[in-house]
Amino acid sequence: MVGESMNDLDYLRLSKPQKFALKMKKFFAGLPARLLGALKGLLMWFVNLFKGIGSFICDLVTTYIHGDWKTKVSYTVMGFGSMARGQWLRGILFFVFQTVFNLYVWFFGAGYLSKLGTLGTVETVKKGRVTVYGDNSFLILLYGVLTIFFVVAFIYTWYVNVKQNKMSEKILKSGKKLKSAKDDMASLLDNQFHKTLLAIPTLGVTVFTILPIIFMILVAFTNYDNQHQPPGKLFTWVGTANFETLLASPDNKVNFDVTSTTAESAALTITAKNGDILTVNTADVAAAEAAEALTAAADTEFTMVEQADGTYQFEVFSEAGESVSFVGKDLLTVKTPSFSYTFKQVLLWTLIWAFFATFLNYFLGMLVAIMINKKGIKFKKLWRTILVMTIAIPQFISLLYVSKMFAADGLINGMLMNWGWISQPLPFWTDPTWARVTIIGINIWIGIPYLMLIATGILMNIPADLYESARIDGANAFQTYMKITLPYMLFVTGPYLLTSFTGNINNFNVIFLLSQGKPLGLDLAGNAGTTDLLITWLYKMTVTDSNYKLAAVMGILVFVVCAVINLVVYNFIPSVKNEEDFQ
Amino acid sequence: MANDMNIQEVAEKAPRLRSKKGHERRVNASIYAILIVMSIIWLCPFVFLVLQSFRGESGGQVAYVIPKQWTLDNYRFLFEGVAFSLKALVKDVPAIILTVVTNAIGVLGMVKFLTRKPKNPFEKTSGNIKGALLVFGVLLLINVMRCVDSTNCDFVQWFMNTLTIALFCAVIQTIMVLSVSYTLSRMRFKGRKLIMNVVLVLGMFPGFLTMIVLYYLLKMMGLTQAGAVPGLILISCASSGMGYYISKGFFDTIPKSLDESARIDGATRFQVFLKIIMPMAKPIVIYTILMAFMGPWGDYVFASYVAFGHKASYNVAVGLYRWVNTNDYQGYFTRFCAGGVLVAIPITVLFMALQKYYVEGVTGGAVKG
Repeated sequence: MVGESMNDLDYLRLSKPQKFALKMKKFFAGLPARLLGALKGLLMWFVNLFKGIGSFICDLVTTYIHGDWKTKVSYTVMGFGSMARGQWLRGILFFVFQTVFNLYVWFFGAGYLSKLGTLGTVETVKKGRVTVYGDNSFLILLYGVLTIFFVVAFIYTWYVNVKQNKMSEKILKSGKKLKSAKDDMASLLDNQFHKTLLAIPTLGVTVFTILPIIFMILVAFTNYDNQHQPPGKLFTWVGTANFETLLASPDNKVNFDVTSTTAESAALTITAKNGDILTVNTADVAAAEAAEALTAAADTEFTMVEQADGTYQFEVFSEAGESVSFVGKDLLTVKTPSFSYTFKQVLLWTLIWAFFATFLNYFLGMLVAIMINKKGIKFKKLWRTILVMTIAIPQFISLLYVSKMFAADGLINGMLMNWGWISQPLPFWTDPTWARVTIIGINIWIGIPYLMLIATGILMNIPADLYESARIDGANAFQTYMKITLPYMLFVTGPYLLTSFTGNINNFNVIFLLSQGKPLGLDLAGNAGTTDLLITWLYKMTVTDSNYKLAAVMGILVFVVCAVINLVVYNFIPSVKNEEDFQ
Repeated sequence: MANDMNIQEVAEKAPRLRSKKGHERRVNASIYAILIVMSIIWLCPFVFLVLQSFRGESGGQVAYVIPKQWTLDNYRFLFEGVAFSLKALVKDVPAIILTVVTNAIGVLGMVKFLTRKPKNPFEKTSGNIKGALLVFGVLLLINVMRCVDSTNCDFVQWFMNTLTIALFCAVIQTIMVLSVSYTLSRMRFKGRKLIMNVVLVLGMFPGFLTMIVLYYLLKMMGLTQAGAVPGLILISCASSGMGYYISKGFFDTIPKSLDESARIDGATRFQVFLKIIMPMAKPIVIYTILMAFMGPWGDYVFASYVAFGHKASYNVAVGLYRWVNTNDYQGYFTRFCAGGVLVAIPITVLFMALQKYYVEGVTGGAVKG
């Protein structure tokens, strides 16, 4: 209805919500077309890929047929052609690379590459006191990936080598001279300067970022955890099982049927102190007793042992330390928290946190900047300096100290109790909701100064006559803020808000130094706490639980979350799309 | 809407304009009140930290702020066992060579700064005293660091470790970031867009995901536990080129015509980079150095993972964190405060001195994304 028939003038007449609605509508209406476009693009990409491979091979063959003998030798001895034609530097480099590659692959890489399919089959065994080490899955995966990297690099270099020969022949035929080694060196500081500048950073990123990330993406498809830790144990490929665990695992319910015959048909629900964990559907005297013990001991450990006949033995250590045990199936339903439930909870909190951490800081920081920069306010520099202290002082000092301030035996609770305002310490770090609010609050303390600095710089750029004319028109402070300051700020700092939001999703320091994710949630699996973000949970999985497979899956999911947010938001911010506009 | 308003309405507003002065004063007073309260909130933790570092009573945080018993014991504890000897500069041949080389480079640098000729008629002095002082300061710092023997003193050892990492990072990361950002801003070559997209995608993976792999890579090179300091330098510098956004944004604002005219005059790309762009990029260079230098002081996660169980290669963050969270919290809390104060002072002073450049960096970065 709207949209097609509308011109720019019509658009400008719309009110803010209408504009937004129109944008959203366009976005969703455009989705199918865009998806189709993406599919088409993908298809074309494949077509082009095969076309490229075809012409690549064709090129290689024709070069070989038409080339002279130097070129032909270069197909097997890299760099020979260059050397024979006097470009010794290029030739030597090609040759050295080929030699290193061959040595690496044949003496080292090939062995690992061949085991990549199984990640090793020979187990480590102990013979008496001697440990005979078998395959190391970790190394196989790591060096396997590294070898693939090498092979790709080799194919590319080999292709460059062949192309070099072709070009050289062409140049020589046309009677021109080839570049000498000296020219090559000189061009590295001139036309090819980008190669010089990018060489080391690219190498660093490849080895220390790309290789590890690909490794970890692959780990997400294995069963690498504390039960399968090399060099003692092997791990292997398990397909998408880990993704299922994290995204779609049902709550574990184990049914028990007590073999005792004196059953009374009274339903009994056992609620543990911190949430509902155990339910008993029918109860007899023995089960009720056990259940009571369970309730008492719900905070402590209980273990389930599967018996050979398919029943379970259920052991609870009561507070007195005695062990209550019974055997059965289908009577007791024990619910243990699942990873998928935990993941949803943690993801939800992560998004809530990122939202508040970004936007509360944004608006409050802007407000503070406006206050400090207001005409007639003195000591601007002093206020700014005081606030900036939180940026300057390393976070592990300030946040650790503040975290201790809010502890049950900390300064704030102590003072409040001394003054007689409270009789019990406030549960800043022990109650989930309190902890979440406290963290968001302390993050404001950390975050306002950044925003204050950024906003100050931008506020200065807003033309003063805009405010002047607004004042003449009789707008009050709030109106000028809503009509001038805010739109301008939002327009200019749109990209910043986006990076800040994804940055907050990955804001490790604040959570880790303040609460370490605590308090632990009894309904959460994998040691997750109620204030854990995805990133801190990932850290716990890696360092505390050695549950690398799930940590890897989480890493991928964090990536997906960030990527989706980025993609959606980029569609609404025109200013980041075209980088050349800024230049 | 301005044009909708008629004269009558303007006239109605007039009395309000007259009382504006009083209104303004009230607004300002409330702003002052808010700012004062905020200042108190912002400063309190730091004031408490300093006060508690002088506290004589042991134990964790207590319900009062002013110590009942003032003492310097906490600071004394931090420096227990540290030794200082100039002999370390000349103890064996490599040490002598290192001493001679670093000092020679430093002195040459100072001489070069002092005898610099003015580039344009607007510069008043011919020497650059500030630059010479800076070189002298760094030189002094390096020499002093080498003379300190901290084998028996945890805190000084940790401080030295962190300082070493920070100094190396400041140099190497800056070079990496500047080369990447300059290249991506200024040169157009095949694969440029690809590199930028790959970096964008890589940046969306959480950093701690790859911790175990990095640990293993370092272990292969013998750079964990005892070698954690060079290991941390390597890891934090290797991928630092990915943080090019802010300085690229800065380079984008320098007109391209400058490069082109220099190229027409026969300068190579390298000369353009070194002689034309770098002198103009001083703010962003200082910003990058500042960020690279400050980073290692707060690095806890990876540092603790790499140096695990080897006390001599902790950095301050790991060491102090362990004092309060793993070790005996009651016994070490006041020492943690003292250590925190000693770490915070140099960083804060440095940051405050270079605040101008920091603000330029973050503002530019926020605007350009």
